[in-house]
Amino acid sequence: MSTKIDARGLSCPQPVLMTLDEIKAVSGGEIEVLVDTETAKENVSRAATSQGWEVADVAEEGDAVRITIRKG
Amino acid sequence: MRLKNVFASWGGIIGVGLLIGILAPLLQKWGNPGNMGICVACFERDIAGALGLHRAGVVQYIRPEIIGFVLGSLIAAYLFKEFRPRLGSAPIVRFVLGAFAMIGALVFLGCPWRAALRLAGGDGNAILGILGLIFGIWIGTLFLKNGYNLGRTQATDTAAGWMLPLMMLGLLALLIIFPQIEGQDKNGVLFYSLKGPGAMHAPLLISLVIGLTVGFLAQRSRFCTMGAIRDFLLFRQTHLLMGFVALICAAFVTNLILGQFHPGFEGQPVAHTMHVWNFAGMALAGLAFALAGGCPGRQLFLSGEGDGDAAVFVLGMIVGAAFAHNFGLASSPKGVGPYGIPAVIIGIVVCLFIGFTMRKRSTP
Repeated sequence: MSTKIDARGLSCPQPVLMTLDEIKAVSGGEIEVLVDTETAKENVSRAATSQGWEVADVAEEGDAVRITIRKG
Repeated sequence: MRLKNVFASWGGIIGVGLLIGILAPLLQKWGNPGNMGICVACFERDIAGALGLHRAGVVQYIRPEIIGFVLGSLIAAYLFKEFRPRLGSAPIVRFVLGAFAMIGALVFLGCPWRAALRLAGGDGNAILGILGLIFGIWIGTLFLKNGYNLGRTQATDTAAGWMLPLMMLGLLALLIIFPQIEGQDKNGVLFYSLKGPGAMHAPLLISLVIGLTVGFLAQRSRFCTMGAIRDFLLFRQTHLLMGFVALICAAFVTNLILGQFHPGFEGQPVAHTMHVWNFAGMALAGLAFALAGGCPGRQLFLSGEGDGDAAVFVLGMIVGAAFAHNFGLASSPKGVGPYGIPAVIIGIVVCLFIGFTMRKRSTP
């Protein structure tokens, strides 16, 4: 069961803040983050990695990018 | 999948910071004012003066570096398929934040870029400015932690994303059609400075090429002086901070080599020694940049990527510069302007109002 975060249209640091909030709320599992800028993609991936999560998948979806991060 | 962006790595951001730190003192050597190889706020203020939006005779010049920043970022964004026209995230709020960011920066006499370059040139007053900047950004992070948000952007037409880049091309055309004539303070529609910082500039081509280079690399690396401090305070992330620190270190060493390092507080170029207002001016600027999501350089680079909201912030800064000089808000080497202190207080109140009222919305 993965949680989904829609950070499209939001500029940094919002996508990172939303991702970190979710990471704090769950101890592990899978989180999908939808972003629409390369900067947000890089920042979310960097933030997740720094929290010990792995970036499992990055898939383009139309104008957006779905980042799947995983732990445990 | 797209190619991995090498500039998004640690090496990338540090490399870009080092390069800017070398190029800025060189621009000073080639003609730009003291500790002002690059200053986004000062240069936008000079553009406002050249267009006659304010009539402070000593600060009037269409700075090619600013044009280069936007167009260099535009080129990078197109090359790497990152040009994405977008707008609609509270543009009027961004305009107001831009105006007050400029007013705060002109009370200190420099944006975060110049604060770093002033420090690297030995100007002790910059310490107060940088402390103020950190304080202002820290206030901004408190708002961010409590749900402050300017809302989502919408995708828009390509033409909208081109507006600021086109304005920059227009400014470049004016600069070429109406070049500076020796001893004259006006040619055609453009005003020029005969003395003061506005009269000091590197040759057009050098300024433009360096501007384009920095714009290109900063777009790739997401270089941001405000983000450097914000990300550290907010997430303890040091990625952008490494770039900012690299800039200061490289500028310090380059200044030493070029004989441009002069430590002290008194008599520094385009600077004053009113510590409280150096701190408070930059605190206002830092808060406004944090609430708008980027330092003045980053706002130019985002504009080049098609971000119409960042473009509105830039226009706010230019209008803010006009007010700053028309109303006597801007400082001079003698000290703060006659109305600089109330302007800083009003600016902080306005930013706090924005910070407390713009909240997270539940619907996307």
